[in-house]
Amino acid sequence: MGNYLLRRLIVAVPSLLGISLILFVLLALAPGDPFGELASNPNIPPEVREALRVKFGMDDPILVRYLHWLVAMVHGDWGFSFASRVNVDTLILQRIPTTLYVVGTAQLLALAVALPIGVLAATRPYSIFDQIANTFAFIGFSLPTFFTGLLLILIFSVNLGWLPFVYRTDIHATGWLWYWENIKQAIMPVTVLGLYQAASYTRYIRSAVLDVIKLDYVTTARAKGLDESKVIVKHVVRNALIPVVTLVALQMPTVFGGAIVTEQIFRVPGIGSLLISAILANDTPVIMAVTFVFACLVVLFNLIADILYGWLDPRISFR
Amino acid sequence: MSALAATDATAPQPLLSVRDLTKAFPIRGGLLKREIGSVRAVDGVNFEIGPSETFGLVGESGCGKSTTGRCVLRLIEPSSGELRFEGKDVMSLSGDRLRALRRDIQIIFQDPYASLNPRMTVGAIIGEALTIHGLATSRPQYEARIVHLLETVGLQADHMTRYPHEFSGGQRQRIGIARALAVEPKLIICDEPVSALDVSIQAQVINLLEDLQQRFGIAYLFVAHDLSVVEHISRRVAVMYLGRIVETAASRQLYSTPKHPYTEALLSAVPIPDPSVKRKRIRLKGEVPSPINPPSGCHFHSRCPLAKDICSTEVPKLKESAPGHLVACHFR
Repeated sequence: MGNYLLRRLIVAVPSLLGISLILFVLLALAPGDPFGELASNPNIPPEVREALRVKFGMDDPILVRYLHWLVAMVHGDWGFSFASRVNVDTLILQRIPTTLYVVGTAQLLALAVALPIGVLAATRPYSIFDQIANTFAFIGFSLPTFFTGLLLILIFSVNLGWLPFVYRTDIHATGWLWYWENIKQAIMPVTVLGLYQAASYTRYIRSAVLDVIKLDYVTTARAKGLDESKVIVKHVVRNALIPVVTLVALQMPTVFGGAIVTEQIFRVPGIGSLLISAILANDTPVIMAVTFVFACLVVLFNLIADILYGWLDPRISFR
Repeated sequence: MSALAATDATAPQPLLSVRDLTKAFPIRGGLLKREIGSVRAVDGVNFEIGPSETFGLVGESGCGKSTTGRCVLRLIEPSSGELRFEGKDVMSLSGDRLRALRRDIQIIFQDPYASLNPRMTVGAIIGEALTIHGLATSRPQYEARIVHLLETVGLQADHMTRYPHEFSGGQRQRIGIARALAVEPKLIICDEPVSALDVSIQAQVINLLEDLQQRFGIAYLFVAHDLSVVEHISRRVAVMYLGRIVETAASRQLYSTPKHPYTEALLSAVPIPDPSVKRKRIRLKGEVPSPINPPSGCHFHSRCPLAKDICSTEVPKLKESAPGHLVACHFR
């Protein structure tokens, strides 16, 4: 196990280097750079622009710039956001709590909805309950979040006026009221994202449970004289959830990486909207840092998923 | 225990009696998923099993023998019929009383790879039944029972902490047997218990089952398609064809003087391990008809060499043609 972990971590290093190189080259080849707007600004003389470009090494060969970036990154210097005029790491750390709160809650909601519905639907396949659950799951993942998001804003913010449609981090309230405001403004993004995720989880859990429920060892459990609810929980669900755990673990990077579309709709100041605004402003250091952090998380959670899998399923050994 | 093993099969009260057992699986189709037909997997089956007797049930794939076995435990809910275990009506049981029945009747499955929960240790698999039925009051007693059961089926105490995937097919089937034995059942349904095993392992498992019967006086309902295995282990044998029993007799009698034309054909297909022996093979025409739409009258008439007009109109009753030898044929 220790060896396995060490080997996986060592293998992760070249893949992360590869990912970062590709990201860097792509960004460098893309048209525009952080100083693009300076060129059209008449207040800045060309010499100053040129001096800045030289200072930041903008015209060095790509590989040299990549090596500079890599050395700085390893030393903990994530770069400087030209658009926001702060260090990138400060910027990311500012945004992460909001994303964790909103997207994390949405994931919890998705699981809380999908688990019971998926299991119940699979234990009564083709029943009325199953058909209703399937229909809603189908509708759920057919409707994109930008549609349901706007629909909810229209109903609950514009027409009814119950919920705010702009997410704010500077709430001027104290004590319970502060918590209440925070919950209120998270309701819509969490619902939109959570139900969208729940729809696909439900389908997945249903089919995983259906695969297991007809196996002989489930019949064995019934033949032992175990009552049905225990058969389902102990013998069916525990085995069916092994692949689901992997699926959920691989969704975890999005909890940190944010939901780009949903965050944009509700103006949630999370990582997703940071990435979008950085792209629009040609703020390459931020784009690079966010996408690279995202890549690290994907690699990390892949590893966690594999370890969980081995822990849950004794048939898998770490070699 | 040994006194029980000596009880005769013809004791007044049978351990299990099955009367007119029927199981029909509905077929749904069309826009509204209405029932448009049914598969009569088990179609009016009658038999009795005495204490510590082995009753063999043979037939081709799909003839309803496994369904019959599962209906007895009500793992599959029978459509109609009467099931009595030690005189008690099994069909009317529900909830806790039905689960209590599963202390007395156990089942061993065909596929030892699928019938053990891969996430539970062998100890937990065997021990679960002990816990359900309150057969162990303390942790040391619980563990001692599991060790004893493992040793009874020829496994070792230290196998307790291992997982099923670490064992071979034969060992897994032993685990399945230990699990069934845990609750000290009076009847074990053996649903093709050796069909998935190598021939050498088959013999070991069969010998183990016979040994356990001697020691604990357990009765078996032995479902199989391998005629020689059934002949070896069973005291009485029933032959099934398309959901019905066509012949029942003492094992030796059935194999030496089969009466039903289907049994004759089936037995003539058993290979004899001697190439110099010549014998007449009875070859049946065609395939087994679909149980969705079985032939009228005697189900076998469409392939029977003896068939006459009466066979397609009248269902032959299972009647005694010699002492203890029942056959469902108009002409035998």
